[in-house]
Amino acid sequence: MLKSNTFSRKTKAGRIKKEVREIYLRDDIYCGAAACKTCDTSTSRAPLDVASPLLILDTNVLLHQIDLLENSAIDNAVLLSVVLDEVKNKNMAVYNRIRALSTNPLRKFYVFSNQFHKDTFVKRMDGETPNDYNDRAIRVATRWYQTHLGTAATILLITNDRDNKRRAGEEGISADTIQSYVKSLGQPELLDLLVLPASESEDTVMVEVEDLRPSKRQVVYQEHKPMSEITSGLHRGIYHQGKLRVNRYSPFQAYVGSESIGDEIIIYGRENMNRAFDGDIVAVELLPQDQWHEEKNLSIADEEDEEEDDVHLAPSSADDAPRTTNLVSDSATDMNSTPSRPSGRVVGIIKRNWHSYCGSLEPMSMPAGTGSFTSALFVSKDRRIPKIRIQTRQLENLLDKRIIVAVDSWDRQSRYPSGHYVRVIGEIGDRDTESEVVLIENDINSRPFSSQVLACLPPLPWSVSSEDVANSIRQDLRSLRVFSVDPPGCKDIDDALHLTALPNGNYEVGVHIADVTNFVHPGTPLDGEASQRGTSVYLVERRIDMLPKPLTEDICSLRADVERLAFSVIWEMTPDAEIISTRFTKSVIKSCGALSYVEAQARMDDSRLMDPLTTDLRNMNALAKIMRQRRIDRGALTLASAEVKFQIDTETHDPLDIDLPVVGYRDDPYFNKLIRILATRCMTQAVYFCSGDLSPPEYHHYGLAAPLYTHFTSPIRRYADVIVHRLLAASLGIDKLPPVFQDRSQLTSIADNLNYRHRNAQMASRASVELHTLIYFRKRPTDTEARIVKIRSNGFIVFVPKYGIEGPVYLTGRGEKGSGEWHVDEQQQKIVKMDNSNNNSLSYSVLQSVRIHMEVVEPQPNRPKLQLTLIT
Amino acid sequence: MDYVSPEGLRLDGRRPMEMRQLRAEIGTVAKANGSAVFEMGNTKVIAAVYGPREVQNRSQQINDQALVIMANFSTGDRMRKPKGDRRSTEISLVIRQTMEACILTHLMPRSQIGLCFNSIFTKKKHYTIFKELIDLCALSCLLASSFPISVYSRKRNISILNVSAGTRSACINAATLALADAGIPMRDIVTSCSAGYLNSTPLLDLNYIEDSAGGPDVTVGILPKLDKVTLLQMDAKLPVDIFENVMGLAIEGCKAIANYIREVLLENTKQLEYRRGL
Repeated sequence: MLKSNTFSRKTKAGRIKKEVREIYLRDDIYCGAAACKTCDTSTSRAPLDVASPLLILDTNVLLHQIDLLENSAIDNAVLLSVVLDEVKNKNMAVYNRIRALSTNPLRKFYVFSNQFHKDTFVKRMDGETPNDYNDRAIRVATRWYQTHLGTAATILLITNDRDNKRRAGEEGISADTIQSYVKSLGQPELLDLLVLPASESEDTVMVEVEDLRPSKRQVVYQEHKPMSEITSGLHRGIYHQGKLRVNRYSPFQAYVGSESIGDEIIIYGRENMNRAFDGDIVAVELLPQDQWHEEKNLSIADEEDEEEDDVHLAPSSADDAPRTTNLVSDSATDMNSTPSRPSGRVVGIIKRNWHSYCGSLEPMSMPAGTGSFTSALFVSKDRRIPKIRIQTRQLENLLDKRIIVAVDSWDRQSRYPSGHYVRVIGEIGDRDTESEVVLIENDINSRPFSSQVLACLPPLPWSVSSEDVANSIRQDLRSLRVFSVDPPGCKDIDDALHLTALPNGNYEVGVHIADVTNFVHPGTPLDGEASQRGTSVYLVERRIDMLPKPLTEDICSLRADVERLAFSVIWEMTPDAEIISTRFTKSVIKSCGALSYVEAQARMDDSRLMDPLTTDLRNMNALAKIMRQRRIDRGALTLASAEVKFQIDTETHDPLDIDLPVVGYRDDPYFNKLIRILATRCMTQAVYFCSGDLSPPEYHHYGLAAPLYTHFTSPIRRYADVIVHRLLAASLGIDKLPPVFQDRSQLTSIADNLNYRHRNAQMASRASVELHTLIYFRKRPTDTEARIVKIRSNGFIVFVPKYGIEGPVYLTGRGEKGSGEWHVDEQQQKIVKMDNSNNNSLSYSVLQSVRIHMEVVEPQPNRPKLQLTLIT
Repeated sequence: MDYVSPEGLRLDGRRPMEMRQLRAEIGTVAKANGSAVFEMGNTKVIAAVYGPREVQNRSQQINDQALVIMANFSTGDRMRKPKGDRRSTEISLVIRQTMEACILTHLMPRSQIGLCFNSIFTKKKHYTIFKELIDLCALSCLLASSFPISVYSRKRNISILNVSAGTRSACINAATLALADAGIPMRDIVTSCSAGYLNSTPLLDLNYIEDSAGGPDVTVGILPKLDKVTLLQMDAKLPVDIFENVMGLAIEGCKAIANYIREVLLENTKQLEYRRGL
């Protein structure tokens, strides 16, 4: 083991500081080739195959061609650690995908730690740029592989860096660009996955392509400011940094939440958004105040595309709601001429949020010659994403498909960003395809569980063993009358209840929760997967589990008449629902019945039934009512969201009926619900957080009026509950505290992931319901009752209580937007028809009931939507 | 941040169970009764021992054992720290207590043993300057005050590099050698090594970057022959079972250092024999 004391580096942190890092060079880093005789291959993975060419990949290839590398046609590659480090610095997402490749046993990717190998270590020379240094290190490593493996193997350096390729040639290393390598493989479909180099690197292919569209060779967007200028601008306060969020319902409007201003900056129009995508971190320059309002009209006139709201499910919280209310107030306060919110213009993009998008190609006629590259425009399913130009050789295959496309670049001359095709999902309009799209769009992992994860499961069939019963931490509660109440058809039953009358007149109430942590141990692959997934996702026709099926539906599920392990809370309560004592314990239970809500209600309502189970139900209900009332008295809110139920045809899986279950009110069944929905929407969602990150006053859950709130009743489908179970077990001294609880940054990242997953799961459920709503109404145009929930300048938004749908109704045609015929009365929340002839003018006000016609139309190809029209 | 790559290599190319390179030299400070330089990677420490001799400050004299005094520890930081800053005071105390525990003080009543350390971190080419510093260090030991390296470095216009990790371990190891060189009776040699826990992996002998990560850092000092722990310190928190692993690793490190120190002492003794012509 050698050691070299090199590496002196100057870092600038106000002053110059010299740092010395030692590097230990080793002779026990192996080349990774299975056939290599000099290297000891017994201890480590050696996937490389000497018989086929060995690829050494340069950084630019990894960074740009990751979609191609994930295709199994590219294999047998060496990843140098110097390359991986650079990739990690530049793009973490790509790095993670590469790492996944290198650990995948099916792929032949090997990581070679060239920086620590005694023969491939390269010392940085004076005045050498990091890029040159890396290139040199790559060439040295390539040469080492050549001499190490000798004539037995062909080593090929794959680089798109011209300079690197030239120097490799000079040093006698065979090098090739990824383009020509892929061409040499003779698989034309791979070429679609290739990312074409950006125009800065003057490659011949690109020039050709650009020449085809000479009319487009004009500057559409303003140049992005260089990074140095942005930083100094941010310092001086003329630019503002923030995350760009594109309006979900109107893609030509975006918001940048800026801390320096303390308000959101509105950005109108693609031109001002200046090639920024949703989620990008951008630098924004404020427009002069006199342009703040003007700009809006201008941008709408500018764009050829439509700007209108979609029909969608009624959102359940403020975060989901379209942010259009301010626009209305803008037009209302027109005369005051001081619009309240600043608008701005993107001058630079600090961090891109590009990933791959789902959608379809814009229909176009087939060009004469097939098999050659054709340009096509990709339309994303997500309306916030602009159209993306891609090059493809298989246009005829892709036209009627949902595909995934990744963005590569967006230069000033083109109206749309350019990208490349990644893969096909399936036929457009097919329900499975569209469901898949919903999952992909919401970043939900629906892949089957890996073998490592499944290996963590207990052997099946599983039953409670005698050791479990004998375990001193477990209380035997099998004698109790435990039962569960869940939605019909529920297979993942994670809680059950019991109630026993005590001799002193009090009740013993118990809640028994599936003991998931008995099977999911911290640090196992199973635990890792569950924490990644965060939550189970419920779509209309399927469920994507957080834990593998045997756990979800069998081992953990507290089904009727089988013994199960549980974590129990047992209270002693007075008949007035005052808690006298609380006790937590692990237990063994045997449920005597899994009831559905309807069943339970029916039992309670049937006064003839006097069996013990029904009595328990009634007593529990009485206690629950008292507790709920107490909570409301304390100031908790009763919230509501429009949740709909589908009846699905068992054979075609098409929705047969939609129903919004509503608790009846005599005169106006939907009014109360509607008010609650509207109230709920004003609130931000509760989130998970790591208690070390916030101060105790911020813990308060105001929806429930509780100073502290967490839940632990659904560990099968929520990872947050698994965490709480572990904490609880540790605080009771049953289990050790897993080390992750002492790592604040890790806990914070878990909490962030849970929030993200939870939100995505909700969005996916909504999207799935919307999808099925569309399928339902495609065959059944319907007339129905609706209520106005919001007034806009050219119409109003209605809520259709029967189906839980919300959407716009236009009073004026598309072209005549904002014409003077209708007038909005801000004070009265009314829209009035200005009719000079008579006085009893037509008007609509908020909460008024109207009749509407619902129908599925397809104004834009492949984007069917539900249209609501007023029946007068 | 990844402190251990998926290939099992640390940021400086070591594997989790590997120590930095060790180097020791005995008798570097001419004016001291015993002295040694101990290096662990970039961490270099000079230790000098004066005594046993008469107690300078009579009021401190102890009638039945020797008094171990120590000049305030001075790190190589260029920044001048206020006198009695907490870090160096703490390190001084820890080292003094550890050494006091292994010196057979009852054999030397009414006398004093002075310990002095300087830890500086330079590149190899500054080695001549390093030697020069050692002499100055010796002077400062005589005065029983810490040597102001910052003043010196400014005068000579050399840059003293930033502190590397594991100073207290290196100091204890250097002190053991220096005490042995001075011929002061000890129960056993004391050796010390640290281990940390990052990326869910126990790491032996943290380097500067790993040390700055702020993770748990367990420093252990043992008497290898007696198999006793004389020093145990930890920053941050660790669950008990992991702590046992990490501490076990640190003890392994101490034993490896003990072997090395024995070799160095043996070599030194042979040289002394040779010089005396025995």
